[in-house]
Amino acid sequence: MLEVSNLHVKYGNIEALHGISFHVDEGEMVALLGANGAGKSTTLMSIMRLPPPEGPQVTKGEIRFNGVDLLPVAAHILIVKYGVGLVPEGRHIFGNLTVFENLKLATYARKDKDQIEKDYERVFSLFPRLADRRWQRGDLLSGGEQQMLAIGRAFMSGVRFVLLDEPSMGLSPLLMLELFRVLKELNESGTTILVVEQNARIALKYAHRAYVLEAGKIVLEGAAEALADNPEIQKAYLG
Amino acid sequence: MSFEIFFQNLLNALQWGSFYALIALGYTMVYGVLLLINFAHGDIFMVGAYIGFFFATLLMGKYAGFSTGLPPAVIFGLTVLVTMVLTAGVGVAIERIAYRPLRRKGASRLYVVITALMCGLILENGNLALLGASRRNFPELLPNTVHNIAGVTFSNVKILVIVTTILVFILLETIVRKTKLGMAMRAISYDRMAVPLMGIPVDTVIVFTFILGSSMAALAGVLFATAYPVLEPYMGALVGWKAFIAAVLGGIGEIRGAFVGGFLLGFVEIFVAALFPSTLRDLIAFSILLVFLSIKPTGIFGIARATKI
Repeated sequence: MLEVSNLHVKYGNIEALHGISFHVDEGEMVALLGANGAGKSTTLMSIMRLPPPEGPQVTKGEIRFNGVDLLPVAAHILIVKYGVGLVPEGRHIFGNLTVFENLKLATYARKDKDQIEKDYERVFSLFPRLADRRWQRGDLLSGGEQQMLAIGRAFMSGVRFVLLDEPSMGLSPLLMLELFRVLKELNESGTTILVVEQNARIALKYAHRAYVLEAGKIVLEGAAEALADNPEIQKAYLG
Repeated sequence: MSFEIFFQNLLNALQWGSFYALIALGYTMVYGVLLLINFAHGDIFMVGAYIGFFFATLLMGKYAGFSTGLPPAVIFGLTVLVTMVLTAGVGVAIERIAYRPLRRKGASRLYVVITALMCGLILENGNLALLGASRRNFPELLPNTVHNIAGVTFSNVKILVIVTTILVFILLETIVRKTKLGMAMRAISYDRMAVPLMGIPVDTVIVFTFILGSSMAALAGVLFATAYPVLEPYMGALVGWKAFIAAVLGGIGEIRGAFVGGFLLGFVEIFVAALFPSTLRDLIAFSILLVFLSIKPTGIFGIARATKI
């Protein structure tokens, strides 16, 4: 589904990714692991085509989605046309809109009214807390609720392939578990997922496969179970 | 101050407040979406008045061999509509030509503000070069009837201005609260980065904002010219500055702030002029507003913005 090959990316004059290659197949849940500054978020931002000055600059390599070159595609087109969405690090929900308005805004470009109604129900059944708080302003939600809203919002935008940037950040272990359970459920019902995580333990528990990034290069890859048993990983990331 | 004079001044304050409010809207909406103070906006108001002037006189058959023979009230209605559309085009063109290229290059906001100032000067001086310094008289399209109720006199134009402004307020609040484009406008003002992730083209929202702001300035321009029918190239400068102050007073970025700020400025000006010699009007009025802002620097509805990382 997603094919990244020999990707070089720089911020200004500093190269952050030195030619990484990986792929995500349809229906998979793949984790991208690594320490702070390894280039995980940069990878996602590059796929999402966020324009400068916010976004990094791809200098070499290819990003293909079902064979289509994504590099010339603008971020908003990625969702509308290809169903590729991002849940950014730090959630970036709209705090001045209500929970419901946040979800509704995500349907901006969608025309399939009946399916939208079903999707609202789906989001509210996955995250009952959001249903209780649907008329509250986004900035009044707790961190966990904001993360749920960010995922619900991506779902409402009609994603078939979703990139998640550090979804567990700032969540309690219990909420983290709940979150990954929901991600697994979404994955099993057909959404392909690429999740960037610092918490390797939980990511490896739920993902099918994983890649490990270190200083802008992929140093390890494999099935999640195999990686979880890998002594190097255990030493570096699982403590 | 007697009851009649008080009401007389109240109506005047509402009328001037309406002009300020309609123009302040454009400042506040563009700021909300782009964090840009669009200093060309006062001159967009001037451009609106001129476009209205030329369109109205065209329909009235002032130019060789062409006359529509429409009744003046119909001409007025058409003039308002066409002027709003054309002026919106001017606003969007400025966005396209001047602001968007800078945005694409990630230029610092200071440069964009300076560009806006220059655009305003270009509009003023372009008008001067094109049409000359002579003033133009806006044609009287609406018969100016003066009513008198219990000693308070008011013209139909004054009532039209005030009622229009209130309707515009309701319309814009509805757009911003209920439509997806309006929601997108609010969303951008909170977090610009996340907006394209919702499948929303940011440029479309920005263009929509400029259309709304410029067409309201055009509406203000035609109404202003109907009430005070003398047009000159610099007419937008002072009114524009004052409308900008009104937008800041109300809390820049907030639509209701533009209205409340506009009316507040109208009231302070008119009542200061009613109580003190009129040469002191602006001095006293703006001293009052300075004190107000030093007490509440965010304006009436504004909230302090934390810089987001």
